[in-house]
Amino acid sequence: MKLLTHNMLTSKCLKGVNVGYPLGIVAKDIKVLETEFNSEFVLRIIPKLDWDTLWNAADSIGHSGDLPRTLCDDYENDVEFLKKAHHVLLEVEVINGELVCPESGRKFAINKGIPNMLLNEDEL
Amino acid sequence: MSRPEHQAPPELFYNENEAKKYTQNSRMIDIQVQMSERAIELLALPDDEPHFLLDLGCGSGLSGSVLEDQGHRWVGFDISSAMLDVALEREVEGDLLLGDLGQGLPFRAGAFDGAVSISALQWLCNADKTSHHPTKRLYKFFSSLYSCLSRTARAVFQFYPENSDQMELMTTQAMKAGFFGGVVVDYPNSTKAKKFFLVLMCGGAAPLPKAMVEAEEEERISYSSKRDQLKKMRGKPLKRSKEWILEKKERRRRQGKPTKSDTKYTGRKRSGRF
Ligand SMILES: C[S@@+](CC[C@H](N)C(=O)[O-])C[C@H]1O[C@@H](n2cnc3c(N)ncnc32)[C@H](O)[C@@H]1O
Repeated sequence: MKLLTHNMLTSKCLKGVNVGYPLGIVAKDIKVLETEFNSEFVLRIIPKLDWDTLWNAADSIGHSGDLPRTLCDDYENDVEFLKKAHHVLLEVEVINGELVCPESGRKFAINKGIPNMLLNEDEL
Repeated sequence: MSRPEHQAPPELFYNENEAKKYTQNSRMIDIQVQMSERAIELLALPDDEPHFLLDLGCGSGLSGSVLEDQGHRWVGFDISSAMLDVALEREVEGDLLLGDLGQGLPFRAGAFDGAVSISALQWLCNADKTSHHPTKRLYKFFSSLYSCLSRTARAVFQFYPENSDQMELMTTQAMKAGFFGGVVVDYPNSTKAKKFFLVLMCGGAAPLPKAMVEAEEEERISYSSKRDQLKKMRGKPLKRSKEWILEKKERRRRQGKPTKSDTKYTGRKRSGRF
């Protein structure tokens, strides 16, 4: 699971959960895999992100590096910054661990990089 | 043989054996890739920009690879871990999630620029457990999809409807969830090539894209085959040539984007005098 995906994931499908965001991360195994940097994609995705959640998620698994805590105004022209964002969003992957619902404490296992979001019938 | 959906629930039907076919059976692979290419065309994304897309029932990642080839990033969602294992083997770039579409999608509002789904939607019309109500599951799925797409996004589903009631059921639930759109049937008169695409749009009513038809039905048959020959000879048409403009317009028509009709003036040099 990449942190970009984590930024979009919620547990709101659980019965009784309203927002279900952000999910906590318990990371047992993390991999860093290089992928091609595309500034257009990063520029397009940043406005969709919850930046606080991204920073906190990266920090909680020890990978915030020198990613700025808040977005500055003219980040569009700052290639170094866009590369840092690219790295944290797309190159840091949680391979094994858990996601935790902030409201109910329900845990979702992550195996081989794939979060298991399947719910039991009585959780719907 | 009976339809796969009638044999077992998807998480059991798509076991290791079935999943293996998605790496070994070249005919199956070709068909999946072709349908994925058409689905992306129907998404009508603005040209040449990387987008963030969803692949619903992403399975072995064949459809996702097509998204990658076109420069997009994607998240795949599937109920079968055997199929997702094949996607891992294939080393797809997309991020994968294990989940049941009928339980709703677990994403924030406006997260994605579009969604594709290849040969998965018909599975939601089945009740595999006593607690399953297809109508409710479809509605839950479509409404959660509607909310996680951006305002101008589309979702395109290639699917195998069992009958017209099923198609009606899907479309009704999608409209109830807020979508506009309907079903585009490509090659409607061919038993082999006929394909169904449910094209859903978030941002208000727009005309449905044009279906593909058999060459014999096409009025411009002589013209288009001539064009194909020329194209083969020269590779891609010369940028901004008449050929190029016509091809681009044809592509826009197939995507359902507003397009001026072709006239004898199309692609002619402007004289510069007004
Ligand atoms: C014909 S396969 C699609 C293959 C895929 N497009 C690919 O490239 O490999 C259909 C897929 O839909 C998935 N599916 C069926 N019902 C589902 C459900 N309720 N939730 C999630 N995925 C489902 C199956 O597990 C299977 O992988």
